[in-house]
Amino acid sequence: MVAEAPGVAFGYVRSADQGAPRPVRHRLVVVGAGPVGLAAAIDLGQRGVPVVLLDQDASLSEGSRAICFAKRTLEIFDRLGCGGEVAERGVSWNTGRVFFRDRELYHFDLLAEAGHHRPAFVNIQQYHVEASLLARARALGGIDIRWQHRVTAVAQDDDGVMLTVATPEGEYRLGCDWLLAADGSRSTVRTALGHTSRGQVFRDRFLIADVRMQAPFPAERWFWFDPPFHPGQSVLLHRQPEDIWRIDFQLGWDADPAAERTPERVVPRVRALLGADVPFELVWVSVYTFACQRMARFRDRRVLFAGDAAHGVSPFGARGANSGVQDADNLAWKLALVLDGAAPARLLDSYCDEREFAADENIRAATASTDFITPKSEISRIFRDAVLELAATCPFARPLVNSGRLSVPSCYAASPLNTPDGDDFTAAMAPGSPAADAPVRVAGVPAWLLDHVGGAFTLLCFGAVPAHLPDLNLTLRRVVVAPHDGTAPSGWQALEEDGTLSARCDARPGTVYLLRPDQHVAARWRAFDAARLAAAVQRATATVAELCAC
Amino acid sequence: MLNLDAGISAPDEFYAALIDAHRGLTMAESARVNARLILLLANQIGDVAVLRAALLRARDGVAGSAAPERRPDTP
Repeated sequence: MVAEAPGVAFGYVRSADQGAPRPVRHRLVVVGAGPVGLAAAIDLGQRGVPVVLLDQDASLSEGSRAICFAKRTLEIFDRLGCGGEVAERGVSWNTGRVFFRDRELYHFDLLAEAGHHRPAFVNIQQYHVEASLLARARALGGIDIRWQHRVTAVAQDDDGVMLTVATPEGEYRLGCDWLLAADGSRSTVRTALGHTSRGQVFRDRFLIADVRMQAPFPAERWFWFDPPFHPGQSVLLHRQPEDIWRIDFQLGWDADPAAERTPERVVPRVRALLGADVPFELVWVSVYTFACQRMARFRDRRVLFAGDAAHGVSPFGARGANSGVQDADNLAWKLALVLDGAAPARLLDSYCDEREFAADENIRAATASTDFITPKSEISRIFRDAVLELAATCPFARPLVNSGRLSVPSCYAASPLNTPDGDDFTAAMAPGSPAADAPVRVAGVPAWLLDHVGGAFTLLCFGAVPAHLPDLNLTLRRVVVAPHDGTAPSGWQALEEDGTLSARCDARPGTVYLLRPDQHVAARWRAFDAARLAAAVQRATATVAELCAC
Repeated sequence: MLNLDAGISAPDEFYAALIDAHRGLTMAESARVNARLILLLANQIGDVAVLRAALLRARDGVAGSAAPERRPDTP
């Protein structure tokens, strides 16, 4: 599949809804065709939910924007059917280097452990990711994408949501059962419903310069504190595909954003880093500020908020787009169950519980990084510099250096959907955790665990297959690892393993995991029990138990 | 927990060494030395609960109050 280049415009197409005598009612409308809205639309589309996807623009993201896509996001894209394309097109990296003034302080490896399909990160321009998602959404069918359809008003009651949508041909009204707002940090839906995103605005400005060049830098994340070529500030260098490099210069609060965008200012900054003899071409320039903030609640009755519409972080740590895609991953299966009548609407409150917790975690991490990179007072700068000076020679100081704690998925340890451990297990893969990937074999052919779990609730059994499964009223994917006789009964997927998977799951023969459709652990036991499984599924779908087992 | 009883083996020697460590330095240079010293000693202590107790004790009575909560710049 060849993805569209940046700048490709999608034509406005009139929808049949526009001529309807009364507003047409849909089950689900998603606002915003960025990475989050597209991921949610695909996920719901894969579950058979028809989706109307509105976007006010008529093109992919302008500029590379979010360039670091984390392992967990790639795993989600794998489930959505475009992980391979994004991973192959992107530049994989696991190593980060930190420099202070003119010397390297240390380097780190984000994925020191082997046996994972996806690397810690790939760098790829946001518009390439959006193009891959868009191609997948179009191929999937059932997703009605409407470019240049801009939401201007939102009203809701207990039964549904009514939107007013502006198009080049004028306004029309559109109804839906549920609305997902993935319309970015300046969310129109959020504003229209009178909500705000609150938090801390940072008084600093940063310059992004994407340059095309033939350069000898490896595919690593390089971060400089106070380098000789940009004294007193920080600089971040990342490699993107197609010989494009992202250089992020801290400018300080007093910088003039309009002047700093001009080539007259940008080119000398880049030249100071690269040296006078390295030819380069400016591809994209942007000056930005940021805030760490979120909405108080990510659900307002029949409207759900995801991605930048719901929360914002500083860019250090790549927690913006990655956490937004994880929002979509968390929400899609819940919304599909609610739309199908298989779970009550209160299941959607667990989306808030889990993703607000994740947003707080991301905001804390991003705020701590920002405080280190941008010291707020003279004394904090003195401590920051003391940490950096010591880190060159003292290993103890290196964990204190914070150039961005890079995005890792949240473990929903306190989620109401979890069945707490009753049996003795190690902490890894505890209920709420995303399932760790591991190498497996299917009929002797190498494969990956995560390609065989998730999508639906998955029962992952080690060694033995249960004789009888409870009647669950929903689809249960059935996977058995290393079955005793090497085969699995009909309806079961058999996986062979080399011991890595069992070690990561702390599994013994008889151990059973229940994974949610988003691959997070819902429950685990040392031995299968049909009643406990049924109760765990009910808990994980916020469905009240019909029978009391006591 | 934080030990407030006498624990330094040679108090006079330590105090003289502390003052010596700052001899001839400007306030700015002394601030750098102190910052490094705090970090080195903090690592030696290691236990965050003890460090937190020491930070609270050190701030006690300065500017009349405990450390304020972080306040956002905007609502």
